[in-house]
Amino acid sequence: MNAQGTVFKYPDNVDTDVIIPARYLNSQDAAELARHCMEDIDPDFVNKVKPGDIMVGGWNFGCGSSREHAPLVIKTSGTACVIAKSFARIFYRNAINIGLPILECEAAADGIEAGDEVAVDFDTGVITNLSKGETYQAQPFPPFIQDIIRAGGLMNSIRQKGGNKA
Amino acid sequence: MGMTMTQKILAAHAGLDEVKAGQLINARLDQVLGNDITTPVAINEFEKAGFTGVFDRSRINIVLDHFVPNKDIKSAQQSKQCREFASKYDIINFFDVGKMGIEHALLPEQGIVTAGDCIIGADSHTCTYGAVGAFSTGVGSTDMAAGMATGMAWFKVPAAIRFNLTGKLGPRVSGKDVILHIIGMIGVDGALYKSMEFTGPGVATLSMDDRLCICNMAIEAGAKNGIFPVDEVTLRYLTGRSRREWTVYEADPDAEYEQTFEIDLAAIEPTVSWPHLPENTHTAKESEAIAIDQVVIGSCTNGRLEDMQAAYEILKGKTIAPGVRGIIIPGTMQVYKTCLQNGWLEAFIDAGCIVSTPTCGPCLGGYMGILAEGERCISTTNRNFVGRMGHVKSEVYLASPATAAASALTGHITDPREVE
Repeated sequence: MNAQGTVFKYPDNVDTDVIIPARYLNSQDAAELARHCMEDIDPDFVNKVKPGDIMVGGWNFGCGSSREHAPLVIKTSGTACVIAKSFARIFYRNAINIGLPILECEAAADGIEAGDEVAVDFDTGVITNLSKGETYQAQPFPPFIQDIIRAGGLMNSIRQKGGNKA
Repeated sequence: MGMTMTQKILAAHAGLDEVKAGQLINARLDQVLGNDITTPVAINEFEKAGFTGVFDRSRINIVLDHFVPNKDIKSAQQSKQCREFASKYDIINFFDVGKMGIEHALLPEQGIVTAGDCIIGADSHTCTYGAVGAFSTGVGSTDMAAGMATGMAWFKVPAAIRFNLTGKLGPRVSGKDVILHIIGMIGVDGALYKSMEFTGPGVATLSMDDRLCICNMAIEAGAKNGIFPVDEVTLRYLTGRSRREWTVYEADPDAEYEQTFEIDLAAIEPTVSWPHLPENTHTAKESEAIAIDQVVIGSCTNGRLEDMQAAYEILKGKTIAPGVRGIIIPGTMQVYKTCLQNGWLEAFIDAGCIVSTPTCGPCLGGYMGILAEGERCISTTNRNFVGRMGHVKSEVYLASPATAAASALTGHITDPREVE
């Protein structure tokens, strides 16, 4: 699996309140919610993002609320993956559970700038900055988490294992 | 190498003699929780996956607290969806308007969470229940759906940071000041993926409400959970309240901690987190030039009885400053009723404040106190991110109930020890 697109770059500690403000959480409609993705720190994001584009953050990306709506709106906006130095733990779980690819890579988050064209190979974790001619190696997921991703998210993984007594 | 208290609870729930930091485990859950924002998403996942039953109807908790009594048609639809699901699966702990409270004030108060439990909740502040000696952590809606169906969840066993508490808090200094001070010291990702283990002789001096507040904001340091040892204070709290037998786990003497911080409780000052991160801490004294438009006292962090009492002690017989809007929100119906019986609600109203029934409302910019452009609020809530309580150019200053109440009287941020 691969992705290639233009980069939207954000600072450290991007929180779930700016990814999707709580004032919109009276809806569960992913397409409706995605119209407000990143609205409070980058009102232009939703107008500029194209399918396959890549979001890059710093430390502690996705901190704050447990709202699963946050990775969901990023995914629904067409963003192919998020690269950051580190992810807040609930966001990390939620992204895996709903199938938004995320990669932890400090060198990539430092080296990549807004507007760069970047390609990602999810199987190897190799991130290529086509604009700068640089490559970076992301941390691979542990096998346990790779299994969830391969199954297509947590619920599919549980069903395949026959984990529900009902 | 021995295990921390968190690791012991996780090992027991995974059916293992021993676990190590970094190990991935499947653990049995004692309680699963969701609210009116996260539960509808979980219900959709649950139904989409084709599940037709829950693992245990007495161990699932659905609390309508974020947008109730419903603020608009869309939130009413979400509450309705929760209500219908609770009815269909005969969920015992379903809390609707009239019975509800803010989830993390309600579940400990009702004795639903207890020592030794392993708990997940689709709300980031689920880490609150570490105060009663449980392992408890926030997850997303899909994890909640899987938890409701199977009674299990996967975890990476966390490494630990120890906070060794000594001394005793000074007058008008509370658990909120302790946790804001700690977040200021270690940063908003200072405990990322880790457990925060509170130990030492200072623990015994902290009330249960202080401990619940401290564990509540562990997530604001990035932690997986916060946890207190079970002591006399815990046992007094649980006795006659806990609906189930509890189990006391203690850390091994040779448990491994990545770091240990020494915290002298006596040295902690009334603390305020400036916008737009909880780690931007200053003392209340350093913050006195900051004028405020609104004061919020409540939330899952500070909506408990001692919080209301701290506000009452400062506001009784006085009037809040002209131009300041005072909003007080007791965390549960029981706290609300006790405030009423004690005459505190009357004192709040006479001081010029409004008193709402329990809701998360203003904390997350939902309703009941949204800020306009350029407005400032001192709030006992837990987050001061950009746009958290309203306009992206509004500001939230996090503080204790005493500091918030003192600031309401003067109209600017005020050290509560400087008012009568």
